Amino acid sequence: MDFGPHLFLALLEGTVSAFVLAVTALGLSLVFGVMRVVNVAHGEFYMLGAVLAWWLTTLLAGSPMIGFGVALIVAPLIVGAVAFAADWLILRRIDYQPEATIVATIGMLYIIQQLVLTFYGPDARPVEPPFYFRVSFPWFGYSGYKLIVVGASALLLLGVWLAMARTKFGLYMRATQQNQEMAQAFGVPVRRVYAMVFALGAMLAAAAGVLVVPIQQAHYLMGLDPLLLSFIVVIVGGLGSLRGTVVAAFIIGLSDGVISVFFSPTLAKIIATLFVAMVLVYRPSGLFGQPEEEQ
Amino acid sequence: MSSAKGKGARIVALHLAVIAALFAVQFLLPAYHHGNLARIMVFASFAVGYNLLLGYTGLLSLGHAMFFAAGMYGAGLPLYYFDVGVLQAFGLGLLASFGLALSFGLLALRASGIAFLIVTLMFAQAFFLATLYFNEITLGDQGFVLSEQARTLTLGGVVMSFADPTVKYNAALLLFSCCMLGCLALVRSPIGRVWVAIRENEPRTRMLGYDTYRYKLLALVLSGVICGAAGAGYALLFAYVGSTFASIQYSIFALLWTLLGGVGTVLGPLVGAGLMFYLVDIAGDFTSSYLLVVGVVLLLLILWYPKGLLGSLRARWLPWLP
Amino acid sequence: MTKNKGDKETTATPDAGVSRRTAFKTAGVLAGAAAAGAAGAFTPGAIIKSASAHQGDSANAIRIGLQVHRTGIGAAYGKWYERTTNAAVKLINSHGGIGGRPIELIIEDDRTDPKRGAEVVEKFALQHKVDFVFGTLFSHVVNGSAPRAGELKMPYFVVSEGYHVASGSLNRYTFQPGITDVRSQIKGISSWVLNNLGKNVAMIYPDYAFGYNHRDFFGAAVKANGGTVTASLAIPPTESSYTKFFAKIPSNTDLIYHVMVGPGVLTFVKEMGEHFGANRPELFGFIDSLEAVDMSIPGLDYLEGSHFWEAMPRYAASQNTIGANFYRAKVGVDENGASVDDSKDISTFSHMFGCWETLYAIKQAVEDSGYRDNTAKDKEALIETLENTRWYNEGIEHPQGHKAFNGKLHQCFGSQYISKVTDGKLKLVHTTSVEDGLYEPEADYTKMSL
Repeated sequence: MDFGPHLFLALLEGTVSAFVLAVTALGLSLVFGVMRVVNVAHGEFYMLGAVLAWWLTTLLAGSPMIGFGVALIVAPLIVGAVAFAADWLILRRIDYQPEATIVATIGMLYIIQQLVLTFYGPDARPVEPPFYFRVSFPWFGYSGYKLIVVGASALLLLGVWLAMARTKFGLYMRATQQNQEMAQAFGVPVRRVYAMVFALGAMLAAAAGVLVVPIQQAHYLMGLDPLLLSFIVVIVGGLGSLRGTVVAAFIIGLSDGVISVFFSPTLAKIIATLFVAMVLVYRPSGLFGQPEEEQ
Repeated sequence: MSSAKGKGARIVALHLAVIAALFAVQFLLPAYHHGNLARIMVFASFAVGYNLLLGYTGLLSLGHAMFFAAGMYGAGLPLYYFDVGVLQAFGLGLLASFGLALSFGLLALRASGIAFLIVTLMFAQAFFLATLYFNEITLGDQGFVLSEQARTLTLGGVVMSFADPTVKYNAALLLFSCCMLGCLALVRSPIGRVWVAIRENEPRTRMLGYDTYRYKLLALVLSGVICGAAGAGYALLFAYVGSTFASIQYSIFALLWTLLGGVGTVLGPLVGAGLMFYLVDIAGDFTSSYLLVVGVVLLLLILWYPKGLLGSLRARWLPWLP
Repeated sequence: MTKNKGDKETTATPDAGVSRRTAFKTAGVLAGAAAAGAAGAFTPGAIIKSASAHQGDSANAIRIGLQVHRTGIGAAYGKWYERTTNAAVKLINSHGGIGGRPIELIIEDDRTDPKRGAEVVEKFALQHKVDFVFGTLFSHVVNGSAPRAGELKMPYFVVSEGYHVASGSLNRYTFQPGITDVRSQIKGISSWVLNNLGKNVAMIYPDYAFGYNHRDFFGAAVKANGGTVTASLAIPPTESSYTKFFAKIPSNTDLIYHVMVGPGVLTFVKEMGEHFGANRPELFGFIDSLEAVDMSIPGLDYLEGSHFWEAMPRYAASQNTIGANFYRAKVGVDENGASVDDSKDISTFSHMFGCWETLYAIKQAVEDSGYRDNTAKDKEALIETLENTRWYNEGIEHPQGHKAFNGKLHQCFGSQYISKVTDGKLKLVHTTSVEDGLYEPEADYTKMSL
């Protein structure tokens, strides 16, 4: 294919992956930013969203659109409940100590993965997109649903931003993120905020999983890559900055696509990976992060 | 109240006793556990290297699989293509991981904290992908097998094949002892104390006049070399080199073994590696959903012992445990 | 490491906030979750495992270990490997077993991980004390495990289709008598493919072992048949979207040779369809891409008219032999290659037959060699018998087809099947002969000592 269309295609692909990445990473950004804990099970919430979407759409096999719509609402709610329980049962008990949280979330990862393997099985299963149409450009065809994903992700991002900026809960979250002790002194119910944030983070991951599953398939091991990518996006964007997360998602999503135009796939991935690393080496607090004030 | 010297002697005695016990137990163990323990000791060495950086210097890394793999390929490739001797191969493995750790440290230690974590992750990913990209040489994820002849060492007339269980066990024990005692010596030395100071409060340590960057680099390089030694050991003892060992799950294993055993304790890695091994092995005997059992046990353990097993032991009863 | 503001000081105070009572309460809920999962674990597979551990309490039993991918990336194959093995063991035992001795089957999960594979081999040899180990599939696990089998002098039968056994890089205890290797497969089909579908070929393959075999062997075949490779795209394993790679395929390509595997395959096909539309080159793939995948999934209709290599035709109509139909019935697979219990549960039909045939190959070798116990003498007799085996007849014991066995390479050679996607199903269009797949042997295990 000629260079121009090739680049255009790469940019399209990059945009789609950037948006999906932004939504997936958003949940982690909130958890990381507000609670300062590393949730290794974040990818598993994403996977649960996808698997539950498969289950719900199979249950409501009549119309793909209704089934998918229900999945988009119900799956995140279920996953949110699971996360809320996990926080209440486990994370709270270990007082959110960083290293203990890592081990605990690894344990959660194993449990969720095994439960899904047992009840859902090892196969990758597809989910019908609610609409399926092909957009014909002069040089290539493209999935219409992918473009829908871009729109839906943008809406989700906007929704979260509005919630953070305009609602009381958003205020609590931002206060806790900036200075937990001060927030507590001002009467913010920090423990409850933590639980809600953890649940919200999981719900966003699950929503991303539901949106993505018609493009990929639901598979019990699909959570690992989104986990890694989300981490990268959150850190490069800067801890505690939603704007940073979104910008970083774009830089990473687009650069991956564009670099792959020029190099062989694996080499492109190597270059993209090292590029991200060097960004962090020269800007350790990320693009928009504040240098850490606390000890 | 024991004197400081007495306490020091007690510590050294404890660690030597552990090594002696490991040596003695090989004559009592049934064949299966004998083999398991050799593996556990190699992986414990990996965790010892990792613990040096995390437990004592306070730097969390999610990329240490690359040092393990560098040692593994550094030893395995020359052995496979050029038939160098066992000791030379091991040395080359150490050299490879040293080189990687040094260059990585020079680049990456500008970042700290969470950024450093991601940089380690990214470099390790790039390394893993590179082992795939250069598959003409490395044979990629399928990896390659080292023959028994390649893994035979002749020292002073004695022929030792690493396929032999006794040789394997004692080589693993030697590897672990060196790594563990080395770690012990380091953490109890002035260098180790600076590391702990950096872990607890880096700005203050810098204010006291220490070049924290140099100390961190030293920790990183030593950590990388120890992990590389473990990787080279694995290649020599278990005859297989492949990309799988450079993948992220092996970085997570190192973290898991260290945290479970007790981060910042010298013997924690051994406890953690051994415990995880047997946890999975025994759970697998009872159910095909052993991952579930493992996950639950991890949760229970971390609820009761958030500092890991030895860490909690130290906090409650044995404050002198290094 | 930065400390959380909510952290309590870490030194001398006892563990923060976990009283025995709350820990037990939590443990209770967790145990409930574990029980729910464990309940799912007591599936027939798991039960058979523990049952069969008692079945042959008689010292008369032959103990065989199945090293299977129950978890990890190979789990979809492992599930069917286990099912096929159980069916074969049941059948063999119902007819008196091997030389009058029942088979006692012990199953261990190797997690599709080379490190665990080696540990499992050790467990089989030293703890379970089995006579033989078989069953692993993924090449990296084979390479990680086989050396240990060789050291332990454990006859090790691989069901992998990798080129590793025949390449001579393993050991004299390792055999692959039940399934052909990828080099032979490619050699068998390449002339037909290049002469019928096109000579200017773009290859897309995963950037790991399985892919390299295709790159190397099919690449060589293209040159030998006077064709050109227009593009050679190695896709890294972490990739989940392939659209941008299709753009690298030049327009003079007649044929796309694709061997993508893993959970992303459906995405791959869908995106291929979205990208090329109706104006596409010929497509040839290996059925590995579609193992355990339902061909009737929308998006896969794009494959209509394209061709696939199969090791054993998924649709019964393509191979209406007594042996194949009998085998299908025993394993519980319907005429579309799906489980008889669930028509959406598609089997890994081009791989799992290897377990069945390997067990029968073991049976034949034991009975012909007079093997009784895992003594050095008996094992030597067994190995020499295997190395002198020349042929396996098609039939109930070898339903995939006739096989030649090369004792020096420890590898069998058989027919390959090329099918065309017609009306959403795979229809056989060409069968290769055993000779088509033979290549110059590059190794000789018989020269190695035991």
